[in-house]
Amino acid sequence: MRGQEAREQAGRKAVMATLAHTAADEIVRLWSESGLPSEAELLRGPETGLVTVRGRIGGGGAPFNVGEATVTRATVRLPSGQIGHSYALGRDKGKAKLAAIADALWQDPAQREAVETKLVAPLRAALDAARETRRVETAATKVDFFTMVRGED
Amino acid sequence: MYVAVKGGEAAIANAHRLMADRRRGDRSVPALRLDQIVEQLALGVDRVMSEGSLYDRELAALAVVQARGDMIEAIFLVRAYRTTLPRFGYTNPVDTGAMQIERRVSATYKDLPGGQVLGPTFDYTHRLLDPELAAGADVEMPAQRPVEAEPMPRVSAILAHEGLIEADGEMPLDHVHGDITREPLQFPMARDIRLQALSRGDEGFLLALGYSTQRGYARNHPFVGEVRIGEVELELDVPELPFAAPLGSIRVTECQMVNQFKGSAKAPPQFTRGYGLVFGQSERKAMAMALCDRALRASELGEDVVAAAQDEEFVISHSDNVQATGFVEHLKLPHYVDFQAELGLVRRMRAEYEARENEDKAAEEKREAAE
Repeated sequence: MRGQEAREQAGRKAVMATLAHTAADEIVRLWSESGLPSEAELLRGPETGLVTVRGRIGGGGAPFNVGEATVTRATVRLPSGQIGHSYALGRDKGKAKLAAIADALWQDPAQREAVETKLVAPLRAALDAARETRRVETAATKVDFFTMVRGED
Repeated sequence: MYVAVKGGEAAIANAHRLMADRRRGDRSVPALRLDQIVEQLALGVDRVMSEGSLYDRELAALAVVQARGDMIEAIFLVRAYRTTLPRFGYTNPVDTGAMQIERRVSATYKDLPGGQVLGPTFDYTHRLLDPELAAGADVEMPAQRPVEAEPMPRVSAILAHEGLIEADGEMPLDHVHGDITREPLQFPMARDIRLQALSRGDEGFLLALGYSTQRGYARNHPFVGEVRIGEVELELDVPELPFAAPLGSIRVTECQMVNQFKGSAKAPPQFTRGYGLVFGQSERKAMAMALCDRALRASELGEDVVAAAQDEEFVISHSDNVQATGFVEHLKLPHYVDFQAELGLVRRMRAEYEARENEDKAAEEKREAAE
């Protein structure tokens, strides 16, 4: 049961992370293609606020405040009763509402599969591809040192 | 008696209208879009986010346009905006060791796990103006090298094995983390609060102070242990979720400065460290921040405080360019009454001075006549 619950939470968090990383228009486009319901009652927000970003002294020491970032969040309730939340960097209120609905739908066993396959899987594939492109572009700038032999012996 | 003088409303309104016109400039030139600024003036946007202390590219780009490219004015606009928003909380500390690396170089180790990765750098360019850029020539796509991903541990973690370098900075267990956006500055201040002030500090001011340490004012023998730039994940603990809410990622620049230290009564000979972490891609700022952080640790390490860069109150009180510009620029606002008072005072002092001069001269003449 413990392992099951942990897996469940990890899956839900991964969906939230994917939506948080994706631009609003991409989510809107896929949502309209997916046929997922978008009817929900707003319980909170969408509202924009700040989070204070923390780092660690020396990279791994005591925490300190680096600065702030804009974050938008929303909480919704589906007609079927599930409650969903969303948090993401930026100020897009439409995205916050859709992401909260996605979180609520994901918690409905009847809808989870559709959310995963029609919305999250393609978004995750696009994010992974973009990340991989950046990685190999960066890797091309890695220095290969070589030794110059000088003198006779 | 105090007489309020009013006026200038029409002049002010027309001045702002004129400013808006000049800001737009020649109407036959297309207006800038924010996405053009975000994409093509990215490092300027990063500076506004760093010193405005608010990570939001579109807002920073808007501020740059609104301020006509005046960076400090743009930073001021961003600072003012952030005061209008509620605060949701403090994120979990970012893990720079897990950064999606876009650049990573070390001046202390040639061969290190992950290697020297140059990324999109101005280094090794010839600093020649490029006429092709002016002509809007097409730009080729970047090269790709499809290799296995490898971990890139922070250099400080590699150095730590020998015990010749300080650990990452810890604070005492009972330390309460300070926040300069909540409490006024108090001196002496803890290192975490100093770092918060430095991270939003003016790049030019910190650069000059860092430079001064290299030129001998509080010399501390720095090496760049590592500079890394890339995206780190942000997470926020919230009561409504059983796990930390993932927020997305932000680009940051981190600098680990390593400083030779011959030891003092308080600490043995070793390498000490200065740390820099700033929003966006700005290694100049991160390096300057790390130099200042190390210089400001003089008292902690038992060094004599002899130079400006080591003087905490001097550095931190003057590093904020919004405060600095506010106080300097307020001088141009009407000071008519103050100046009238000063003028009256100087007239009186001058009259007294001249009266004294005349008396002295008369006395002198009298003495000469007597002789």
